Amino acid sequence: MPSPTPVQSFQPTAVQAAPDLLRIATAGSVDDGKSTLVGRLLYDTKSVLADQIDAVTKASVDRGMDTPDLSLLVDGLRAEREQGITIDVAYRYFATPTRSFVLADTPGHVQYTRNTVSGASTAQLVILLVDARNGVVAQTRRHAAVMALLGVPRLVLAVNKIDLVDDPAQVFAQISSEFNDITRSLGYSPDQVQEIPVSALRGDNVAIKSELTPYYDGPTLIEHLEAVPNEPDVTDVGLRFPVQYVIRPRTSEYPDYRGYAGLIAAGRVSVGDEVVVQPSGVRTRIAKIDTADGELESAHTGRSITLLLEDDLDVSRGDLIASVADAPEPSQEFTATVCWLAEKALRPGARLLLKHGAKTTQVIIGSLDTLFDEQELALIDAPETVELNQIGRISLMTAEPIAADDYQVDRESGSFLLIDPQGGNTLGAGLIGDALAPLHLPDPASA
Amino acid sequence: MRVARVMTTDTSLDTDTSPDAAASVDPTVGTEPARTGEFTTLDALESEAIHIFREVAGEFERPVILFSGGKDSTLLLHLALKAFWPAPLPFSLLHVDTGHNLPEIIEFRDEIVERHNLRLHVAKVEDYLDDGRLTERPDGIRNPLQTIPLLDGITENRFDAVFGGARRDEERARAKERIFSLRNAFGQWDPKRQRPELWNLYNGRHAPGEHVRVFPLSNWTELDVWRYIAREQVLLAPLYYAHEREVYERDGMWMTSGPWGGPREGETVETRMVRYRTVGDGSTTGAVLSDATTNEAVLAEVAASRLTERGATRGDDRVSEAAMEDRKREGYF
Repeated sequence: MPSPTPVQSFQPTAVQAAPDLLRIATAGSVDDGKSTLVGRLLYDTKSVLADQIDAVTKASVDRGMDTPDLSLLVDGLRAEREQGITIDVAYRYFATPTRSFVLADTPGHVQYTRNTVSGASTAQLVILLVDARNGVVAQTRRHAAVMALLGVPRLVLAVNKIDLVDDPAQVFAQISSEFNDITRSLGYSPDQVQEIPVSALRGDNVAIKSELTPYYDGPTLIEHLEAVPNEPDVTDVGLRFPVQYVIRPRTSEYPDYRGYAGLIAAGRVSVGDEVVVQPSGVRTRIAKIDTADGELESAHTGRSITLLLEDDLDVSRGDLIASVADAPEPSQEFTATVCWLAEKALRPGARLLLKHGAKTTQVIIGSLDTLFDEQELALIDAPETVELNQIGRISLMTAEPIAADDYQVDRESGSFLLIDPQGGNTLGAGLIGDALAPLHLPDPASA
Repeated sequence: MRVARVMTTDTSLDTDTSPDAAASVDPTVGTEPARTGEFTTLDALESEAIHIFREVAGEFERPVILFSGGKDSTLLLHLALKAFWPAPLPFSLLHVDTGHNLPEIIEFRDEIVERHNLRLHVAKVEDYLDDGRLTERPDGIRNPLQTIPLLDGITENRFDAVFGGARRDEERARAKERIFSLRNAFGQWDPKRQRPELWNLYNGRHAPGEHVRVFPLSNWTELDVWRYIAREQVLLAPLYYAHEREVYERDGMWMTSGPWGGPREGETVETRMVRYRTVGDGSTTGAVLSDATTNEAVLAEVAASRLTERGATRGDDRVSEAAMEDRKREGYF
């Protein structure tokens, strides 16, 4: 049995410049070759090791195939192998010398939109896959809309199986143009979107520049993934620090230590900064930024730290320490966009739990204002329910005040979960504000 | 294990990492400048793990860390100590002892517990074999027998969150695992009924009798683990570094004799320089030939390795394509 197309290998060495981390996700239809593309990414970056290749080769032979089926590297669950589809978000890891990747591999079936939403919620870039023979389909439009809604900063359209069409240059140009129209209407600028003609099966333009695509002079998929900027996707928002835990050693060595532990959700913090604690609104200054490795002068988004304040305040888990200049005002009434993830539909008046940052509070759902028809990319007025996999704009009222940003301003500080108070299941993914507004959708058509 | 060693941007590493190197560095604010500069993969993974530990401390009543003395659980403990420094660890430890551990691992386990003044609960598979609640399998492999003692240990101590060191890159079924994984009273995992996990919001709600398994190392790869261990100078059990050992070869692995048995017909014991890549049931876990005696040397070997750690040294995952998935459904990790 021949091995898959050999590629130039990345040789990771133990001692090299420390790579950074990019979180990405994939979305696409089941038959577009998504698992093969992901398998190819792992294989071509040498992230698959000999015994895994052996196992896949053996399994492929057992199934009567004549080349190793790279999709077997990633389709993990028995039910999936039986049906040949992917039924749940799976996380994959691959690395090049300059960058490590966490890839959320999400299923393409309509009934798994909730997984697409989960995988894309943390992604800095999403790879959408289309089959060159089918072009842009309804699924592609839906996925792109969901990515726009979730504020994914960058999209890649991988036009797969490009080797199987008669006039690849024309097909690629046509698909690219169609996709650009869609993404532009969703609020993406051209520099946030990249189309790449690939063959996942053969490896064209994944890690190796293809000789079959002279009409394309852009980067390979891997080159593009390595090159996109990796700044945290924040706008110019100030410090957002949800207090997770109060560190009080009460030991002889640290009798009076009181530190507020958390991960910086947005912005940065420096010693001496004036901050406000929400919801109380009390102001103080940062006395010290502590870590187990020693003190820091300043720290930025994504870092887990401990803050010590100049004044002796009553701060506890669930509070927010924020920059004075633009701290969000605590409120108990919100407009929000919710992606519904549960079998049981959302109705007005529902009493649920809401988790925002490190705070969990009771919430009552007010009105259901609009429903996003992702098939038609349109809005429907005043739906009676929001069903599984649907997205709608709602109003809600919380039992305790929440200091949140609009999701369009900051993904971390503007996101929340809706939780079933009985069983504890996660029912909905919430985005503060009208996240549907930037999608430039036509006015609501009354249903 | 060293906790809270002040790191600088200087990437040169201590050479003093042999297993018998001086053990602990007091976690005090050093005079060296703290880390600055770019936010690397390791920094991001460390911050994520610390965030997860703190989230569990804030949401649960009685969390516990599964601690075997092995590499991943030693790393887990290192990160947990960092998350709550300078306060003591607000969790206890639980070890499900198969009775098939190499003695060095148990020694190391007890040493760590004593050094950091921790509370360790031990659930012993052998107790269950002695009174007939479990019976030895024909093949003598004990890893699958850990499930019931583990679940009993969780129930008896009313643990509501159980930290494990599992990583998603270890095996295909684990790629689907959440960071917070809800288990019913039988410890079962249903891949089709997992809660969606979004942003970095974790949902730890559960009914009485249920518990949540939490995996702070979910997004680490084996290479990340070793890079971090080298960077932080985490001290592992001596088995993880090259040493002379009496071993015999089976299925390409170098096995040690013990209560689980020894060489079979045609297998001969010889003295070799080996190190363990994973430490599990001695009947199915083998060592690899190696002369790497420091974290850096091990890291270099791992980086160049062409075999995954489970594939190279864990016999019990080879049983079937869906072995791991089946075991997770049964309540095993």
